[in-house]
Amino acid sequence: MPELPPEPPTVVPAAGVELAIEAVTPAPNAHDNDRSAKRRLGVMFWLSIAWIALVVGAAALADVLPLPDPTDPGIAVARSAPGEERVLGADSLGRDMLARTVHGARVSLIVGFSSIAAGLLIGGAIGVLAGYFRGRFETIVMGAMDVLLAFPALVLALALVSFLGPSIGTVTLAIATLSIAPIARIIRASTLTFAQREFVLAARTLGAKNRRIIVSEILPNVLPAALSFALVAVAVAIVSEGALAFLGLSVPAPEPTWGSMINEGRTLLEQAPHISFVPSGAMFLTVLSLNFAGDSLRSRFEVREGRL
Amino acid sequence: MSARFLGKRLLQLLPVLFAVSALSFLLLNLLPGDPTIAILGPSATEENRAVLREELGLDDPLPVRYVNWVADSATGDLGRSYVSNQPTLEAIKQRLPVTLELLLLSQLLALVIAVPLAILAATKPNGVLDRVSTSTAFGFLAIPNFMLGVLLIYLFAVRFRIFPATGYTPFSENPAENLRSLALPAITLGVAELAVYLRLLRTDLIATLQEDYIAMAQAKGLPKAYILLRHALRPSTFSLVTVAGLNLGRLIGGTFVVEYLFALPGIGALTVESIFRRDYIVVQGTVLLVAVGYVLANFLVDLLYGILDPRVRHARVAA
Repeated sequence: MPELPPEPPTVVPAAGVELAIEAVTPAPNAHDNDRSAKRRLGVMFWLSIAWIALVVGAAALADVLPLPDPTDPGIAVARSAPGEERVLGADSLGRDMLARTVHGARVSLIVGFSSIAAGLLIGGAIGVLAGYFRGRFETIVMGAMDVLLAFPALVLALALVSFLGPSIGTVTLAIATLSIAPIARIIRASTLTFAQREFVLAARTLGAKNRRIIVSEILPNVLPAALSFALVAVAVAIVSEGALAFLGLSVPAPEPTWGSMINEGRTLLEQAPHISFVPSGAMFLTVLSLNFAGDSLRSRFEVREGRL
Repeated sequence: MSARFLGKRLLQLLPVLFAVSALSFLLLNLLPGDPTIAILGPSATEENRAVLREELGLDDPLPVRYVNWVADSATGDLGRSYVSNQPTLEAIKQRLPVTLELLLLSQLLALVIAVPLAILAATKPNGVLDRVSTSTAFGFLAIPNFMLGVLLIYLFAVRFRIFPATGYTPFSENPAENLRSLALPAITLGVAELAVYLRLLRTDLIATLQEDYIAMAQAKGLPKAYILLRHALRPSTFSLVTVAGLNLGRLIGGTFVVEYLFALPGIGALTVESIFRRDYIVVQGTVLLVAVGYVLANFLVDLLYGILDPRVRHARVAA
């Protein structure tokens, strides 16, 4: 990941070490203060949600909004600054920056949300099954996840996309593949904390089968944490798509994406810095909002792998 | 550290190394595309390509090729580039120092700033410094490195011409220029790590400072700074050491974008170039290097735990 990732990588070496650390480290009290402060979702949280809603709305309605064609050169004087002719200025070919930024949001959001949805489905299933059934199955599956994690994420994505041909589909596929292992680890950790609880034991005593326990006892408890983690994961996915696009390996030109727009403006920093800065700002605010919303929600449903 | 513990961890390393190497091999062998076309060009005749395939052993069954490849790799023979005919190992040897220097500088930068800042922030949780540094760190985490790189180039190379925007001067040629050419890339990589380290160490320090033995030390009347540095810091560096150690492994492969952006001739740039040129053999070599590096970093970090905190060692032996 690119690198790698807003959330500090929750890599924990061997199972033995996790337990050993748990044995010597009492649950930190300091967190309680933090947590009660975070329990109320503050103004920042709602601002983040508002920005995400705005971007999603604009991207969804991009074709309906009164915007010029994002691929049409000659909308304005090339490289004209924001406010001169167009609200956000024009790029090196005279295309409207606002239209390009809004259409670029589409690619980022589609790739971000659909790749994580796929990752959540597969990684989530793996994590729940491994955390619930334990045993050899868990050892093998989680070992495989560790191997996947040992790969430099961006190399895998680069290789997949460049060999399959860059398109929105292959980029999504590549990022979805990369998201499986980290998601599986988090979900497994979360499942572990519930699998031994009284209500699960009670359900089992009442004669519930494994499938029923997983669906109606485990899943509803794991889901909130999973979804708040997913928000942060979407941010990582958007950044990854940006990095691929920056290297020229996302949706082909002239379709705009934030990453490729930033790359286009890179050589014109002296004359027209806004060509890089406008999409940078859009991406920064989106990633920040997703991180913030995910983080706030997560501190409510907190499960940390290291805490097990 | 007991020899048994060490041996056990080494044994656990084997299946992971096997899996990692198999995956590197499969990844690039199952993907579509014929390397003989990459070498001979699209106009090559079918016979010539058949001869070359025979020479490269491309007609052997996959398991045979894997075993051959692993055996060769173990002796340092990672094959020759399809495009330039340069031995892969040689290409890696040329590029690795650049990447390693970049990594070292960026980590050093991150740690030198993050550790003191975290200590100061942890002494007064929710104080002004703590709030400012924590929220700044959160903001920096939302800046992708390619974006930060562009921003830094704009600030320090375009507006104020302090550092060069691109290019690389070898250390042996001119040490000062070398550091100047690596300044912006190192900052770009370091800032995100700085934010992560700051958050980790601050949280862990605050937790440690709640422990009984710290209260004991305070009761004895020890000076605050002494308690902080001598009693609290070491046991609080677990997550920091883990993440910093793993980053060294992870970042060997994580410098693509930064090396590309700043035109540095490192491993990342080598991999990206080779992917674009469909030079499978080189990609295979660098991917293997990076993955093995990551696994080894993981292993070393695990050993470091025991050295850092004897409690872990004892708990593990008991278990």
